[in-house]
Order: sequence, then C-alpha cells, then structure tokens
Amino acid sequence: MSHVLSSPAGGPRVPPVRPEVEHTLPPLTGFAPEHPLPLAARIWQQGWVRRLVIIAVLAVLWEIVARWQNNDLLLPTFVQTAKALVEGLASGELVEKTAISLSVLLKGYFAGIAGAFVLTTLAVSTQFGRDLLSTLTSMFNPLPAIALLPLALLWFGLGQGSLVFVLIHSVLWPLALNTYAGFQAVPETLRMAGRNYGLTGIRYVLQILVPAALPSILSGLKIGWAFAWRTLIAAELVFGASSGKGGLGWFIFQNRNELYTDRVFAGLALVIIIGLLVESLGFHTLERLTVRRWGVQR
Amino acid sequence: MVVPGLWSSAMRSGHTPLAEARRDDDIDSGAGAVGALRAAEPVPATALTAAPADALLRVEGVSIDYRTDQRVVRATHRVGFDVHQADRFVLLGASGCGKSTLLKSIAGFIEPTEGRILLDGQAVTRPGPDRVVVFQEFDQLPPWKTVRDNVMFPLLASRRVGRAEAAERAALYIDKVGLTPFADVHPHQLSGGMKQRVAIARALAMQPRVLLMDEPFAALDALTRRRMQEELLALWDEFRFTLIFVTHSIEEALVVGNRIAILSPHPGRLRAEINSHQFGLHSLGGVEFQATAQRIHRLLFDEPEAAPGTVAADAEQLTHQRPAAVPGHLPFRISV
Repeated sequence: MSHVLSSPAGGPRVPPVRPEVEHTLPPLTGFAPEHPLPLAARIWQQGWVRRLVIIAVLAVLWEIVARWQNNDLLLPTFVQTAKALVEGLASGELVEKTAISLSVLLKGYFAGIAGAFVLTTLAVSTQFGRDLLSTLTSMFNPLPAIALLPLALLWFGLGQGSLVFVLIHSVLWPLALNTYAGFQAVPETLRMAGRNYGLTGIRYVLQILVPAALPSILSGLKIGWAFAWRTLIAAELVFGASSGKGGLGWFIFQNRNELYTDRVFAGLALVIIIGLLVESLGFHTLERLTVRRWGVQR
Repeated sequence: MVVPGLWSSAMRSGHTPLAEARRDDDIDSGAGAVGALRAAEPVPATALTAAPADALLRVEGVSIDYRTDQRVVRATHRVGFDVHQADRFVLLGASGCGKSTLLKSIAGFIEPTEGRILLDGQAVTRPGPDRVVVFQEFDQLPPWKTVRDNVMFPLLASRRVGRAEAAERAALYIDKVGLTPFADVHPHQLSGGMKQRVAIARALAMQPRVLLMDEPFAALDALTRRRMQEELLALWDEFRFTLIFVTHSIEEALVVGNRIAILSPHPGRLRAEINSHQFGLHSLGGVEFQATAQRIHRLLFDEPEAAPGTVAADAEQLTHQRPAAVPGHLPFRISV
C-alpha cells in the first residue's frame, strides 16, 4: 500500500524538515508607507471634472452635427443656442420665467414630500396604513400626471392650484414607494436597538427608520424631482400658460410658434442646466454629507 | 488596559456576596461608585454562606412559541432560573435550543406564551432601557452616528440624562473600552472587534439593571474573541454589572460566566445550572476546567457516563491523566 502513496523517486511523501528562522525587525527607514498620487490623477478623481469633460464632448459633437446639417430652423448650432441663452438671461426674460416655474415646482415638490412622509409613516405603523399605501400607489402611480391636468383645470381652475396638484401627484407615489421600500430594508437588529432604548411612534421613525432608509429616500427624491420637472414643462407646453403667468415651458411653446428655434433650444438647455445644478450641488452634496460619510453608500 | 490577573483571585471566589453588598443606587451613581465598591473587597468569609438575597431577575416557567404560516413551534419550554445582582449568567446550548429567543424575551421583544419574567418583581412586557442588549450583528450601531454619538444615543433617546451628562458618560465608557482616539469616526471605519466595543460601551453607559449579550463575540475571529472576553471580564471587575450572556461555546461559557444554564435543544429546556465562578482565562486547559467542560458536553448532548472498560472510558481516563498537555486544547470541538 505504501507504494501507492510514494513519490516516483521511491521515498515516502513527507515534506522535508527545514531549520526554523527568526528575524529581528529593524525600524523601517528610507521608505514612506504613504505618498500622494500624482497631480493629474488627483484632478481626474474629482467628479465634476469628469462631468465637465463629458458635457464638453457632447457640445462639440452637437456643434459639428449642426454645422454639417446647416439648417438653423431645424437644428441651431451650440454657439447660436448659447448666444440665445445669454441674451435671454441678460434681458431678464428667462430669469423671470425660470423663477415662475421654480416657485410652482418647489411648492408641488415639498407638498408631495410631506404627503409621502405621512403615507409611509402610516404604512410602517399600522396594517391599515400598509394596505392604504399599497392600494393607492398601485392605483395612481401608473396614471400620467399630465393626464390629470384637464381634470385639475376643471376643479381648481386656471392658476397655480391645478399645477401644484399634478406636481404633487407626480412626486408623491414614486417617493412613497421608494421610502417604504427603504423602511422595510432597515435591518432587524437596528430596529430592535431603537426599540430597546424606548423609541416609539414618530421618534422611532425620525431617529431610526428615516436615517437608515436615507439611500432609498434620496433616490426617491431624485426620481420625484425629475418627474416634477417633466410634468411642469409638459403641462406648460401642452396647455400653455395654465398657471396664469407663463413659465419656462410657456417660453419654449411661444418661441416654437414663432419659429425661434435657437430660443427653443435655449429654453431646453436651461431646463437641463437647472437639472444638472440641482443634481450636482443639491443631491450630490446631500449624499456626500450623509450616506457617503456614513459608509452606507459608495 | 486589560489586567487579566487582577480579577482572578479574591473577587471570583464567590458569586453572590458582592451582589448582596451592593445597593441598587450604586448602579446609577456611575464612576463614583467604583471606588467605594473596591473598598468593600475582599469579601468576608461569612458572607459566602449567607442566604442569597432576592433575585434581580426571575424567569418563571417561561415557554415561548413562534408561529410560521403552517405551524406553531415551541422554542423554549418551561424554563426557570434566577439571576442575581452582579451575576455573569450564561445561557449555553446548541443551535435551536431557543437561548437567543429566551434572551429576546427577557429584553421584551418577544412575549412568552406561558410563564413570566420578573425584573425587580415587575413583569417584563416591552423593550426598555433598563435591559440593554448587545447583539451579535455589527449593524446594531446606527451608521449615521459617530462612535461618540452612538454611545450618547440611547441616553438621549430614553431621556434618562441631559446632553452634558450623556457626553460625559460617553467619554468615560469610550475610554474604558479604549476607543478614545476613534470617538469621532463613523462605525464603517471600525473593525468588527471595535464595533462590538462600541456596542458594549453604549450598553454600559446606560447603566442598565441587566446587560443582555446575544453571542456578542461570535462574529469575531478567535484572537479578537479571546481579547474581548478578557476586556469584558475586566469591565465587569470594575463596574460589577449584571450580565446575561448567550453563547454556544462551552469554553466561552466557562470563561465568561459565574453560573451557566444549560439548555437542551428542540424545544429548549433547562438541563442544568452549573457554577463556573472559579474559572477564568487563566484556567484554560487545566484539569478541573477540562473536567467541567466534559461534564457540560455530556449534559448538552445527553451522552451517558462512559461505562468502565469501554473505549470512551479509556479515552476519558487518558485525558484526565494528561492534563494540560496542550494548553487551551479541549478534547472536543463545537463549531463556532
């Protein structure tokens, strides 16, 4: 039997006994355990640098395609659009329109957030609240907000009320869904720790569930923000100055009718720029100060 | 920070007398009480024979069922025991004996199906800050709070003390677990052992009537676990808190506890209560330690005493003849 276990040379398969070794470790000199990255790498590490590069590449592509197309009515160049945008901002017209749009938007957005908070708090505390939330979201989430606008105009008349109503509708359901999913994903241990210290009701929600579910809540807020923008611009594009005074969507609508395509593009560009600013200054800062710092999101 | 030899001799000689010497308000007077306690040592010999005072925590005939969609399963069946002031009471058993369920019931998270749990004569009905739990999982620390805020959190959440005193207590207990340099970092930057130290500091800062630990070191590597046991015992030596400790490691039970309740599995019933106040980390591998470990092993797995002349008896004879041949080595393994 021992032949089977033997190596081809014939000796038994036993590792050699080697002498023991002990090293005395002198203190490390002439070697830095930590050194900075090169400057270029550190600059590239900055998120905004990479984003700017992407935007610049897109702008250059746009300019090339527009010049090749050579039709201002269909596709103005990047430079023309930028000029129209600067002129609009300088004359104060775009600033005014943006202010109108943003004030309506923020009203609807925050009202939607408040509604979502109430609904999800009910949902985590009672069985009835849970059923209420799931029924309402499955009923209303698929309804496009813009489809409710004719009804809202009937109910609330021309003015901010009807716009705020559809904005709430577009923010409330996705945010409530995300927040509730986040609440449900809070680890059991953390819940027990919170209850262990006597936290109940609204204090339990605010001090345990909300911070623990913040990654989901933030993503819900982002989705809600985007939905709200879309709804607002679309409402103004389709129904004109339905809030009484026209906003950015109305600006785009008017200029399209008058075939100022570069101004149409300027209005669209402003929507994009505001979106980028809110994302990078608002949400990104919020994430950096919270979920990234806590190590719950990379 | 850790002085393993310190608590080995006089203080561990008896497990109840200190409890009697201690008044309730010592717990709430914080660090100031420590000096007074030390002055009370050593324990006079007469105190050892005195009848035990009323138990701090009394578990009376507790059964716990849990419900699935299909059936009701009994996790714990008519378990009863007393825990006295300053006890280090261990619940030991294999997986599925309901020891964690029992601990959660003491914590107030699960209501017993029958029987009752009395703390200071009051029935336990809901979770409360007088019974702080240290869990096994690292996510018991809210990740959005720094180490300091984590330790202060329960003090503020339970509205026990003001902000200033909470900060003071947090600083004291963070220092006691050796984490002062890390007081302002968030938990995700800490190692597993450090996170458990934060959880222990947080629990001690609450100065609870009973400290409940649910396999707190089970997720740690073996070397860290050993160090944490040492540190826990050093902390107990200083603050003399009442501890209920759940584990599935016989060795850990003998080292950490002064009294061990052994639970049989499916459903969990109380098999035995054993004293282990004489053992500490210094006694690992000793003759008496190994004999007790084997006795617990038999009680856990319900093996009959080895009949004379059998292989098992010979094997046991051999282990008794060669004590501490390999220090720290036990004649069996429990998966950890």
